[in-house]
Parts: sequence; C-alpha cells; structure tokens
Amino acid sequence: MKRRDFIQQATAGTALVTLGGMGLQSFTTLKKTTKITILHTNDVHSHIDAFGPEDGRNANKGGVARRATLIDAVRKENPNTLLLDAGDIFQGTPYFNYYGGELEFKLMSKLKYDAATIGNHDFDNGISGLYAQLPHAEFPFIISNYDLSNTVMDTHTKPYKTFIKDGIKIGVFGIGIELAGLVDPAMYKETKYLDPIETSQEMTRILKEDEHCDLIICLSHLGYQYKSKKIDDIKLAKATKNIDLIIGGHTHTFLKKPTIVKNIEDKNTLVNQVGCYGLNIGKIDFYFDSDKNKSANGTSIIV
Amino acid sequence: MRITFLFILLNIFVFSGCKEQNLRLTKIYGEQITITDSIALNSEIEAYIKPFRDRIEKDLDSVLAYAVDTYSKKDGDYNTALGNFMADAVYSESNPIFKSRTGKDIDMVLLNHGGIRSILSKGNVTKRTAFGLMPFENSIVVVGLKGTQIDSMMYYLSKGKRAHPVSGLKLTIDKNENILEAKVNGKNIEKNKTYYVATNDYLYNGGDNMSFFKTNDSLYVLDYKIRNALIDKFIKLDTINPVKDDRFTQIK
Repeated sequence: MKRRDFIQQATAGTALVTLGGMGLQSFTTLKKTTKITILHTNDVHSHIDAFGPEDGRNANKGGVARRATLIDAVRKENPNTLLLDAGDIFQGTPYFNYYGGELEFKLMSKLKYDAATIGNHDFDNGISGLYAQLPHAEFPFIISNYDLSNTVMDTHTKPYKTFIKDGIKIGVFGIGIELAGLVDPAMYKETKYLDPIETSQEMTRILKEDEHCDLIICLSHLGYQYKSKKIDDIKLAKATKNIDLIIGGHTHTFLKKPTIVKNIEDKNTLVNQVGCYGLNIGKIDFYFDSDKNKSANGTSIIV
Repeated sequence: MRITFLFILLNIFVFSGCKEQNLRLTKIYGEQITITDSIALNSEIEAYIKPFRDRIEKDLDSVLAYAVDTYSKKDGDYNTALGNFMADAVYSESNPIFKSRTGKDIDMVLLNHGGIRSILSKGNVTKRTAFGLMPFENSIVVVGLKGTQIDSMMYYLSKGKRAHPVSGLKLTIDKNENILEAKVNGKNIEKNKTYYVATNDYLYNGGDNMSFFKTNDSLYVLDYKIRNALIDKFIKLDTINPVKDDRFTQIK
C-alpha cells in the first residue's frame, strides 16, 4: 500500500493504534522498509463459481477466477506475499459432491496458495477422503494440534512451516477445532486433538526462539468467539505470546476489520476472519524497517 | 589470548552481522477486499474449471423422473403433497438399510418444514431438483425413542402450526390444537415401547427446537444423505404425483 493511501486511511477515521511512542515519526529515519503481505481466505466451502445474479444475499460475489485476478495483482505489486487458508475448503457445492475436493485443491495450487490448515468439514469424506485428494494439493497442510500419527494422514501434514521473503522469516502454525461432537468419529478416526493453548505456546516458542522468526502467524479453525468457555481465536490470542496474526475460520464471521487483542504480555495480536465462500479476501501488510536507530518506536496498526 | 580475542571479535561480527538489519515491525495495515464482478475473470482459471462445471451441469440436468404438477411446501396447513413425498421417500429408501443393519423396522419419519428448500416444479425432475429441495448435507439418522418421547413429539407437532413432513404417523388435532388421535403405524402409542424414528442429524441435534430427540435409547447413523435418498427415489419412480392426505390434520 502506498504511503499516500495509508495516510488517507488513517485520516478517514479508521482505528489507528500507536504504541510505545511516536511510531510515525520514525519514517523519516528509515534505511529500508520491507513489506510482507498476507492474503487469506477461510471457509471457502467448495465455492468455485461466483454466486449467480439471482442470489438473495451474495449476488455476483466470489468465484475462484476473480480471486485469481486479485491475487495476481497483489503479488505483482508486492512479490513478498503469502497466500493462506484457514480451513473448511471442502463441502458446500456440487463440486465437492462430484469430485470430492479434487478441483478445490487443484485450483488452490494454481492460485499458488502457500499453506492451509484443516477445518472440520475437510473430514466430510472421512480422513481417507482428505488423504485421497492430497496428490492434487501443491501446498502444505499445517496443523499443530492434531496428532495424526495413527491415521493415513501421518507425515502428510506439518506442525509448522517457515517462509523467508526478502530476508524476513515468517513462521506459520495451524490450530484445528475439537472434532468430538462436531464430526462423526468414523470420519476423523484416530485423529487426536491436543490443547490449542498449550500447542500454541510450544509452536511460538519454537518459531521465536529456535527458528528466530520475525513474524508469526497462526492459521486457526477454532472460530472467532464463543460466549461459553469453548476456546476461540480471541481467547487464544489473550492466552499466548509472540503471535502477530491469527487468521481464523469456522464461525463464518464477517469482520469489518481485524480485531486487535492484547496478548498475555500486553502486546498486540491481530485476529482476522473474512466470512466465507470466497466472498472476501483478507489482506494484511506488515512493514519492517531495518534501521540502526535503536530508539524505542512502537508499531502502528491501521485497520 | 589472541585466539580468545579473535573468538570474541568473530562473535561480535557474526552477531552484529546477522542482526545488521535490526528488523523492526513498524506498521501493520489491514483491509478486506470483496470479490465482486468488477474484478475480471482470470481466463486460464475459468477455462480450467469449465469441463468440471460442464460435467456437473450435464449430470445435474439429466432427467430422472417427471412431475405431473408443481408442488410447494405451502400447499397445506398440516401436511403437503411435497412434504409427504419427502418423508415417504426417506422411509422407503432408508428402511432397507436400517433393517439390514439392525433387523428392525423404522416406525416413522419426522423431517422439518423449513428443511424443504424449494418447490418441485412440474415437468422433468433431475438431480438439480434434489439439490434445490435439499441443498444441505444433512444425513438420515434413526433414533430410538420411548413412547413418552413420542408423546412429547405429538405435543410439539400439535402446537407447531407447521406442516412438518411425517410418515408412518397419524395425528389429528381439534380447533384448539388438542390431540384427538395420535397413532404410529396405525396403533396407539405405548409409553414404554421403543419407536424407531428416522430424521436428519440437524433435527436430532435439537434443530427447530425438537428437544424430544435428546432423551433417546439409541442412535443409528445411516451415512445416507437426505438428498441422496430423494435422488434414489426419483430414479425408482417414473412419475412423481404425491398427494396431500389425512396423516396430519386439524378438524375445525
């Protein structure tokens, strides 16, 4: 995003959070700024075609072919872009009933998705149905809190993955929802669900301390927020540290803008989710400055 | 000494070398972009999808049966031809599966009026018709319910003012919605007998406030989608001509 646009956005009355001092002033002393763009989808649910003009709610919205055009444009503007999906790729249109998810994975591969996590509906043809479509996915599945070692998916997912874009190291891990009570056990078989908070703490420790990541992203299919004690993205953000962005799914939540949550260290974590059915794509730009000016400047969040 | 000094120097060099950039996250900018028709189609992606889409369209439009009239879920206060067709189809298509697995018969079927998602139009009936009637992925489950729970179901139906599709049931209410007659398979409901009720997983889980499913003896998951039962019924029938009958009525 050009600085002019950014200033327009900031003055247009959108939330501007500046922490730790005069963050904006540091722009004048920059040596080099690197922008990392995160594009994300969730709960696309086999919506390959756009909604028709007759649709009562989403007329003419969505569609993979249009999403492809948008993604190309963003990548052209910033090659340092990651494209991620937060699960529930499957189920929702006859494309899934007819092809079992093959086309969904093939198209995500053509769109060059960098990673996805697994949603509950991705088990809808059983764990073997998911496994059967893996040859069509040229992107990794990242899931940290499902122990799949006693299933056909063993070794076919990663607990985390790191990406390097223009010298910036980005760590991505994935958190899935508890399947018991939501998915027929015959479908998920011996998939073991591990505690999301404990798993996230372990993942962020690895990604921060061992992998020295500059940016840590959690792909979550927990759901945005529940009134009950059930774990959700907001609770996860509050209970953990070092997560810069939680890309959520499951609850089909249309957020007008990402939510800023104070984590356990009172630092900011962003939680975002873009509804469902490929109607929207989320775009979060992270600007990194390389400067030798050690003055403590904060991070401006403009959403 | 010199080696130690070099080691320290090297350390400083390496450390500052890798931290030379001294990266700092200064700004985060978030936005959401809606995919609208003002964005051009990527022609390569569109061309890739086309054969997949064409095959589905062709299959969805292949003719399975013929409907002699247009049927709507609004064609009746307490039972409709369309609802009766769907409930009867669920009974006839799932009972052989249930019987082969358990040796038992399904006693009755209860679906929900809101679960009929379109009309059934006069003319050719296709798979697309089934996707229209039942776009959701709900599956058939058979629930073992005691007579007392069936009584709760009858009370629910009597007060509901909705033509929830039923099969195997005869329910008559008066103008004040009091139950005049309630029979399953032509017999009075016995409080301690277990009845096997086919429904869908949504209703079993409390959808449409059908809380009487919660207290049950047993649950049988048939792994059989409502939509697929409808498609299988369409394939078996040449002509679709269901009727409104006296299975659930109000005497005014």
